[in-house]
Amino acid sequence: MSTTIIFTVVSLSLLGLVLAVVLYLVAQKFKVEEDPRIDEIEPLMPGANCGGCGQAGCRAFAEACVKAPNLDNLFCPVGGNPVMKLVAEKLGIQIAEKAPMVAVVRCSGTCENRPKTNIYDGVASCAVMNSLYTGDTGCKYGCLGQGDCTKVCSFGAIHINPQTGLPEVDENKCTACGACVKACPRMIIELRNKGIKSRRVYVSCVNKDKGGVAKKACAAACIGCMKCAKVCPFEAITVKDNLSYIDYNKCRLCRKCVEACPTGAILAVNFPPKPAKPAEPQPAAGTPAAETQSVKTQVVEAPVVETPTAQTPAVEAPVAETPAAGTESVNNQENQRAI
Amino acid sequence: MKTFSIGGVHPCDSKISAGAAIENFPIPEVAYISMSQHLGAPAEPVVAAGDKVKTGQLIAKANGFISAPVHSSVSGTVKSIEMVKDLAGNLCKAVIIDVEGDEWMEGIDRSEDIVREIKLDQKEIIARIAECGIVGLGGATFPTNVKLSPPPGKKAEFLIINGAECEPYLTSDYRVMIEMPEQVLIGAAIMMKALGVTKGFVGIEENKPEAIRVLSGYSEKYPDIQIVPLKKKYPQGGEKQLIDAVVGRQVPSMGLPIDTGAVVQNVGTALAVYEAVQKNKPLFEGILTVTGECCPQQRNFKHRVGTPISKIIEAVGGVPEEAVKVISGGPMMGKAMCNIDAPTLKGSSSVLFLTEKQTKRKEEGNCIRCAKCVSVCPMGLEPYLLNKLGRAGRMDDLEANRVYDCIECGCCSFTCPAYIPLLDMIRLAKGQVMRIMRSRPKN
Repeated sequence: MSTTIIFTVVSLSLLGLVLAVVLYLVAQKFKVEEDPRIDEIEPLMPGANCGGCGQAGCRAFAEACVKAPNLDNLFCPVGGNPVMKLVAEKLGIQIAEKAPMVAVVRCSGTCENRPKTNIYDGVASCAVMNSLYTGDTGCKYGCLGQGDCTKVCSFGAIHINPQTGLPEVDENKCTACGACVKACPRMIIELRNKGIKSRRVYVSCVNKDKGGVAKKACAAACIGCMKCAKVCPFEAITVKDNLSYIDYNKCRLCRKCVEACPTGAILAVNFPPKPAKPAEPQPAAGTPAAETQSVKTQVVEAPVVETPTAQTPAVEAPVAETPAAGTESVNNQENQRAI
Repeated sequence: MKTFSIGGVHPCDSKISAGAAIENFPIPEVAYISMSQHLGAPAEPVVAAGDKVKTGQLIAKANGFISAPVHSSVSGTVKSIEMVKDLAGNLCKAVIIDVEGDEWMEGIDRSEDIVREIKLDQKEIIARIAECGIVGLGGATFPTNVKLSPPPGKKAEFLIINGAECEPYLTSDYRVMIEMPEQVLIGAAIMMKALGVTKGFVGIEENKPEAIRVLSGYSEKYPDIQIVPLKKKYPQGGEKQLIDAVVGRQVPSMGLPIDTGAVVQNVGTALAVYEAVQKNKPLFEGILTVTGECCPQQRNFKHRVGTPISKIIEAVGGVPEEAVKVISGGPMMGKAMCNIDAPTLKGSSSVLFLTEKQTKRKEEGNCIRCAKCVSVCPMGLEPYLLNKLGRAGRMDDLEANRVYDCIECGCCSFTCPAYIPLLDMIRLAKGQVMRIMRSRPKN
């Protein structure tokens, strides 16, 4: 009896020992050399694994950072500059700060601006709708409103406004990972420079049709009239295929183009109200009710915009003083959003 | 009775317009003749505003190998060449003609006599078909002359005329078969001569006994062409399914019908070929069914290409009140129109009115793994899997599961008890996968 126990214990111990030696030797032979800095960098990452950096996930990004000679082409949009600074410190590299970006929806086709021409009752997916036909409005470039962008956002930063039927970006939550940009089958969403105090001027339209066709489909469409390009003192605006585009690297936020745009396709967001100039009379077309309303809203919004600590206001503030009659609807729409 | 070997569904055939004889639709006051009436590059207009044109005159030439010329369907003055919205709302180039009278080009035989003798030789037939702008009228509108010229190394063995008309409601092919049976058979004989084959088949589903009877009556005159009655099953009119049903050969994955030695042409195409070769008449007319349970009139019209569809709808008393969708084509594969002012095209086969009850999508449920979609797929695919992979964006797995073989017949969506929009998702995934496959360098 006792010999059986001893025999079992000894034989199993020996077997264990032999296998341990084999495992040790195999582990030595096939050891994978990994840069220890990867393990140091990985915990610095936000851990969202969103793929916004272009890598498969946060660990892949850490690996890429360690391998790359410099960090010029690597940027974690979620962590932003603070995270990249920490990564650079770990690696002992100097990096230049990148301007923060934000997703911008370039369509103003609200129900009033862009009336529906038919009813879509298919699958609630922009990609499917886009593959079937030109959409339920006259504009074949504009937002389809089925919310593919909202479904892919890992940060809950974009949602469809039921009043306008258009997506709206929450600037505080948006990390500019670019998931919505890829999801949009109409390429409406663009990553743009966040701008100082989140102030931005951009063309909120992607319609490439000729002026008459575009205007017929949507009251707030860019008609490619070139007026904005002519007034821009910084040559930031180019008009190609009947569509104006503002280069955010050149734009100095003077907002001359916003005033010049006859359809209100150019939006200026998060600007405080301009001080009233008595010398510049307002055109009679601007409805007084709308004006007062917008001023009121701005009074509420302005402090939020101005506070340096608050990076971005939760809601886009209305366009400040757009005198052209055509922009009236945009003004109203902005007010609706603000309210 | 023969049918294809895998899959298929049995929708109610609803051929309620079968009794309506083909009537000539009045020539419109203004014709909008689209330049994109075929698969491939749009045609290039050869007329300018202010030009006088006659019915049957060439107004646009083919622009590339896979393209087809377009002829005027009316006589009058060219008003302008403009972008016009098509059924799906896309802008496409169109020649707009103000109609004045109806003066046909010289050389077009307008008599009712049936010309039986085929005088042209093989090359001349194909050249004539190309000149006359004949395209496949079964739905794909692929240029017929290209289909009748098999690529080098491939040899056609037989011609199959597609008289299955498996889509519910549609009756245009049926009316052609019973009203112009001999013309269809002569058209088939012409195409057989062009292909250099001696065997022809006409596949007709059993729900059209009159067509089978009428065409069988000519079997002594045209012994080479065999009439094949087929079991009623959708999508029998699909090219690959019809070859399987008629001759029992299966087109390989990624292959063309010619790989089985078969060339399939629609009944309407056979008629167009007859008119082009024997009567010198270009393709500028088509047969169009106007139907639907809610539509008070069931009609089959012979229309001039370029007639606004709204005019045709007016002729049957406007859009019926209960109708919520106007479909171009059949209810299985047709498309809802978002613009009823769009003009008719060479390939227009029907205007179908459907009620809310017929078209309303039910709320999507969860997949219960019943595998009904797998059993009905005529291409042997697994629709539930393709749907899942498509939603997850797994392009390589989609390719491995042959998403590119999907013929978009809609059997899976039709049969799904959970009302999952399988076809929509698969069609989307197929488009993405095909784009990736095409972008690969060819070696």
